[in-house]
Amino acid sequence: MRSPMQFKDHHREGRIFAVRLVWSGVIVLSLMLVLAGRMIWLQAIQHDRYTTLSDKNRVQTQAVAPPRGLIYDRRGELLADNQPDFSLALIAEQVPDLNATLTRLAEMVALEEADIERFWRRLRSPRRPWEPVPVRARLTEEEIARIAVAQHELPGVRIDADPIRHYPYDDLFSHVLGYVNRINTEDLERMTPDEQANYSGTHYYGRLGVERHYERLLHGRVGFRKVETNARGRILQVLEEIPPLPGEDVHLHLDIKVQQAAWDALGERRGAVIAIDPRDGGVLAFVSRPGFDPNLFVTGITHHDYSGYRDDGDRPLFNRALQGQYPPGSTLKPIAGLAGIDAGVTDWQRTIWDPGYYRLEGQERVFRDWRRQGHGWVDMHKSIVESCDTYFYDMGFRLGIDRMHDFMIRFGLGDRTGIDLPGESRGIMPSRAWKRAVRGEPWYHGDTINASIGQGYMLTSPLQLAVSTAVFARQGEPLVPRVAQLTPPASSIEPAMAGETQHWERMTRAMVDVVHGARGTARAMGQGSKYRIAAKTGTAQVFSLGKDQEYNAEEIAERLRDHALIVGFAPADNPAIAVAVLVENGGSGGSSAGPVARAVMDAWLLNNAGELEVPPPALPGAVPALMAGNASAESASR
Amino acid sequence: MSNEFLRQMPSGRTFSGKDGLIWRLHLDSPLLAALIVLCLGGLLVLYSAGDSNTDLLIRQSVRLGGGFVALFVLAQVPPRTYRFWAPAVYAAGLVLLVLVLFIGTEAKGAKRWLTIPGVASFQPAELMKLAVPAMVAWYFSERSLPARFRDVLLVMLITLVPVLLIARQPDLGTSLLVASAGLLVLFVAGLSWRLILAAMSMLAIAAPLMYFFVLHPYQRRRVDTFFNPEADPLGAGWNIIQSKTAIGSGGVSGKGWLNGTQSRLDFLPESSTDFILAVLAEEGGLIGVLLLLALYTVIIGRGLFISWQAQETFNRLLASSLALTFFIYVFVNIGMVSGLLPVVGVPLPLISYGGTSIVTLLAGFGIMMSIHTHRKLLSNH
Repeated sequence: MRSPMQFKDHHREGRIFAVRLVWSGVIVLSLMLVLAGRMIWLQAIQHDRYTTLSDKNRVQTQAVAPPRGLIYDRRGELLADNQPDFSLALIAEQVPDLNATLTRLAEMVALEEADIERFWRRLRSPRRPWEPVPVRARLTEEEIARIAVAQHELPGVRIDADPIRHYPYDDLFSHVLGYVNRINTEDLERMTPDEQANYSGTHYYGRLGVERHYERLLHGRVGFRKVETNARGRILQVLEEIPPLPGEDVHLHLDIKVQQAAWDALGERRGAVIAIDPRDGGVLAFVSRPGFDPNLFVTGITHHDYSGYRDDGDRPLFNRALQGQYPPGSTLKPIAGLAGIDAGVTDWQRTIWDPGYYRLEGQERVFRDWRRQGHGWVDMHKSIVESCDTYFYDMGFRLGIDRMHDFMIRFGLGDRTGIDLPGESRGIMPSRAWKRAVRGEPWYHGDTINASIGQGYMLTSPLQLAVSTAVFARQGEPLVPRVAQLTPPASSIEPAMAGETQHWERMTRAMVDVVHGARGTARAMGQGSKYRIAAKTGTAQVFSLGKDQEYNAEEIAERLRDHALIVGFAPADNPAIAVAVLVENGGSGGSSAGPVARAVMDAWLLNNAGELEVPPPALPGAVPALMAGNASAESASR
Repeated sequence: MSNEFLRQMPSGRTFSGKDGLIWRLHLDSPLLAALIVLCLGGLLVLYSAGDSNTDLLIRQSVRLGGGFVALFVLAQVPPRTYRFWAPAVYAAGLVLLVLVLFIGTEAKGAKRWLTIPGVASFQPAELMKLAVPAMVAWYFSERSLPARFRDVLLVMLITLVPVLLIARQPDLGTSLLVASAGLLVLFVAGLSWRLILAAMSMLAIAAPLMYFFVLHPYQRRRVDTFFNPEADPLGAGWNIIQSKTAIGSGGVSGKGWLNGTQSRLDFLPESSTDFILAVLAEEGGLIGVLLLLALYTVIIGRGLFISWQAQETFNRLLASSLALTFFIYVFVNIGMVSGLLPVVGVPLPLISYGGTSIVTLLAGFGIMMSIHTHRKLLSNH
């Protein structure tokens, strides 16, 4: 059938085809070798690298946060605990449409603009894939139920149960406990790598107060769990586990009964109350009013709540006890008096005539006594009892500011007390050197005269007043106040007038007459007391009067009235409590601050039957020998 | 086992026994045996890849069974029948491809299926994997080799019309395979190297233009990902990173059957379909992969051997094109899974789960066997 021509073509075609077939075989074989080479590269040469990647995929080391230590008062009352909380979180990778899901969720649970904003911020910050991103905490049972019902339509939506911090007494302890809230990158950046590792599972961090100071202790040690997960983050098995070491519980010196008494006695007035057990330095009450609800801060305070606090004219977020700066006023007189005696510029016999004012020789300027008509003939005792200013103007002028300064700093004035709370203010105990360094001005005699009645440049916090009062009660033995029942560090301060018991006792007697004497400025607080109280009142000027102006409390706006102050300790000859009370714009120390101090002392010293029963110190080991040898409480009450 | 086949390859004709049952059934025993081994091994891998899901295995087995039936039936049809019908089938295929564009069933954003309600649905594109090389082979069977320039134009026309129709669906993988099937005929038909090089350089120039003007955004993203998978490790780059991790972590001896963590813990996406090779590589290690490559080489080698022995232009060209297209499958799939090529939707032939490609592939081998076993009758005339 085929022509020779076609046959020849056929032969040639066969040859062409055969050559191409050989080429095809060669190409196929060489490309197969390329594939084999690629596989050898991946599987033999790069094997280790990919094994690591594969293990990283499936094996996750999860940090397990330690449960935070609890905080108790001295009676074993829980002041901060951990409670289960249900929070809403999204696994972004499982959510088909984040915006739609958030809109949907907003119909079921209360979501604020701020919650949504925070969610997006957390979503964008570096995180593991499949890690739940929190949306809102503290779901109500109703909200949980609503989400549970719709769960099948909401892929990637989770409800997680996590313990969160809870403060059962709301604002009562707010300024001393502080609070915890979400840990942030800044907190972590401040830490050493070791600490960062320790916080790898932790969501909360102490912000203020005890929560902050004892953060390390309360936090504990992180645990680890090696788990095998699938690509969707579901844990298939736990490969290895190191359990976390729970944070330590912290027991405080605070006594809820004393704290509550101080809180209630202060009432709606702005102010601060600090009570210290002078025997071991334990802080029995630490009140600053108004307070705030620390529970609002834990899961992130809402804008509304925060601006409410921020814009409140009473400044509830301001810790008056720790950071408030007030002139100590006349509460300083007992210490100033001892300074004069110690320096020999006065003694218990010396009397002067008080015409109602003091004038430096050859100068026009007049320094008024708070009593216009004067106190007549006064000695040290009477000057304390009636709070005579003129006596101290005279004594202070002859003592001089530097000797006054050197004596007073031994009571912890003008420096941080070293309390176990963060953010303490230093206060100011002025001296020539201080004024030159800070103000760049020379020291004038007038400055000394102001300082000798606790006014002028001098500033103290209520805490410092309480500490100086406790030091006084310890007859000069310095102390470092403690909120927690942990051995306090030794004070580096040299004691003042060590061993000069007769002066301490005479000054104490004068302070007892402030309360129990017929002409004492704090007579109101002594009524019907079952024990002797030694105290000294004071007022801190908010508003300076002109030379001949009368101070008229009625006429002055409430906010410009003087701050009322009182310091004191009891029982007078065997002190078991030292108190400092500040009532902002309270006017007179004796009538407005005195009863508060009395209520606090009663709460500590009286038992439920109203009988005197001095509780033992929490840390008997910390009581100085001087106080342990004192007479019993019963014999103290005359 | 593959070694055994290798040894028997040169003497395949005598081994199968020209008068034996298998030969009379128009089957080629070395090729058939290699295919059966491949498919059974593939089922083992699929069992692991599909999380020990027996349903998956049964469905795949049914599909393979259908494929072998097609292979058997097509092997009985003499090659001249294929040549006679090639233009008609090709034309019908074109009509169906156009129909798909209008009345095709849409799934996952692509129109690929024609559904005859209540009866069946199929992909006309799969038909074109056989019809296009047959049509091109038919074209050359009417002319003398080698392929010349005007042939190139006509073959391009025959090939590119269906390719573009398929690309419109869109189905990049299939259009690539159909294009290869057609153009590979040109190569074995002796198209001059000069023209081949010219075409390749034109392609090199056209590639960036294609990237910007022709590719769909999702296809473009695949190309981007190929060049830099780390740019989006949790998104577009995830597949390729996880696939390479699975392969690399398998090592030389593998993690053992059913023990691949990448696939069993769902880190490897598409583990039973396009990325099934990574499962084999993870669990069977380099040894498993090299065995697979050897098996594929045997099959392709046998296919080339069959076309070597074929005597008519149509038979030679069709058989060699089918064998080489099969190789394209292997190379593109393994290349993409191992990160040598961008991700193109090409399955690992006869092992990946699903797709009508299994039936088409086995049908192609049926045609090859027909070409091989009907040869004797021709020479006897």
